[in-house]
Amino acid sequence: MSEFLVEATEVEKWFGPIKVLDRVDFNVRRGEVVVLIGPSGSGKTTLLRCINHLEHIQRGRIAVNGVLIGYRERQGRLVPDAERNIARQRRDVGMVFQRFNLFNNMNVLSNISLAPRLLRGTRPAEAEAEARALLDRVGLPDKAEAYPAELSGGQQQRIAIARALAMQPAVLLFDEPTSALDPEMVGEVLGVMRDLARSGMTMVVVTHEMGFARQVADRVVVMAEGRIIETGVPEAVFSAPEHPKTRALLSAVLH
Amino acid sequence: MHFDWPYFWAQLLTPSLAFLNGLGLTVVMAVSAQLLGFVFGLILALGRLSTNRVARGAAGAYIWVVRGTPLLVQIVFIYNGLAAAGILDFHDLHVLGVTFAGNLQAGILALAINEAAYMAEIYRAGISAVDRGQFEAAKALGMPPSMMMRHVVLPQAFRIILLPIGNQFNIMLKNTTLVSVIGVSEMLLVTETINSATFRTFELYSVVAIYFLLLTSLWNLFMAWVERHFALSRPNSATPQAALVLQE
Ligand SMILES: Nc1ncnc2c1ncn2[C@@H]1O[C@H](COP(=O)(O)OP(=O)(O)O)[C@@H](O)[C@H]1O
Ligand SMILES: [Mg+2]
Repeated sequence: MSEFLVEATEVEKWFGPIKVLDRVDFNVRRGEVVVLIGPSGSGKTTLLRCINHLEHIQRGRIAVNGVLIGYRERQGRLVPDAERNIARQRRDVGMVFQRFNLFNNMNVLSNISLAPRLLRGTRPAEAEAEARALLDRVGLPDKAEAYPAELSGGQQQRIAIARALAMQPAVLLFDEPTSALDPEMVGEVLGVMRDLARSGMTMVVVTHEMGFARQVADRVVVMAEGRIIETGVPEAVFSAPEHPKTRALLSAVLH
Repeated sequence: MHFDWPYFWAQLLTPSLAFLNGLGLTVVMAVSAQLLGFVFGLILALGRLSTNRVARGAAGAYIWVVRGTPLLVQIVFIYNGLAAAGILDFHDLHVLGVTFAGNLQAGILALAINEAAYMAEIYRAGISAVDRGQFEAAKALGMPPSMMMRHVVLPQAFRIILLPIGNQFNIMLKNTTLVSVIGVSEMLLVTETINSATFRTFELYSVVAIYFLLLTSLWNLFMAWVERHFALSRPNSATPQAALVLQE
């Protein structure tokens, strides 16, 4: 079995005539926390969305847990996989969105327990107990009955994290989880993410929070114009960036 | 001008049994055609939004034809046209001692077929008005499309299209009068029959108009109640206005 939980090889992604990912090699080890940084429009979101196949790729391959996602290999060629199989594989890849995307038509408890009930066949009582345990973990035990519209952004995002965790994914993808938050709520969400990282969760985090990256990341990956231009441990990337674009990015974010 | 007030009041307050039967038929037709239209319409809308090209094309063609031809023509076509061509004859059905007349079946079917096309467009507008993020969150959790639709998208779409649905049933109640053309004794045909014997046209048509106004008003009151207690009581970021804009 591969040492990588996520293995993206020579990935190319086009939106019409625009190449958005250009021969991207991106691997994540089990238990690793990778922070993905790069200027706006550099392809960070797109890369995350390719990993759980919310976007098709035009070249290369992406495997999660050693299994190709979105495609099946048939006689040496890649053919699109059935929707059912893709859905099944996505259960192992949790995603936390910039805009939370909690289900508006149900309360917090149902938001968290819906997918385990429907997809893993967890009994309702058990799913509810798990959901309450997750609410404890993200520090919102008293919000079980609330509807998303009644919660602050920070609370919604913490519940979105709980919802993703309820499926017991092998890896969690975060797409700028604090960018849509008022500044005073950023800390509570980063706190939950820090605890998760300590617990050994495999995470890929797109963020502009350099403090978080420094503290929590095992590895920082820098993207620019659809390419990975630099990768390394946080100290190396932040203290001695090699690529001029990384330097430009860091001085823009840090000053 | 002569208006026979005593006759008018008698017809309004103590309608004949035939008229009450007509009222019953009007309601039965409207309700059953609307319910069928709901179901057909949802299937059509899912077809329209499907990734399958054949399903999309077939649903699109259906909606195009039905919305592009008059309901009156569709009613006559289905009852008389299909029979004349030897394709389909509507026979009376006898179920549990109740006779379900052939022309009534055809009338309900025609209304339902017509309604489905309009409902499909309303569903489609409602589904399109649901935030893309809701679809993506469901997909990212590993839900297959059918599950995503059933548990996440449609409940939100329904709330958005509540108002247009209410509107559709209001139209449906009135459209049942067209079925008089194939001899279903709903309120209008009963009125015409009485009129041909009495020639109190002004009075009789005033009465039938008032009865329709009563039906639609009751329905409006009900919808207002539904909206207060169902749509607005629970917080929801979905905007009901979006569907109104999309509806023609
Ligand atoms: N659905 C889309 N259709 C067309 N172009 C897109 C789409 N999504 C993203 N892009 C383009 O792809 C590039 C990368 O976008 P994105 O991955 O969102 O960057 P980032 O997350 O790093 O800001 C941008 O140029 C963006 O305009
Ligand atoms: Mg982005």
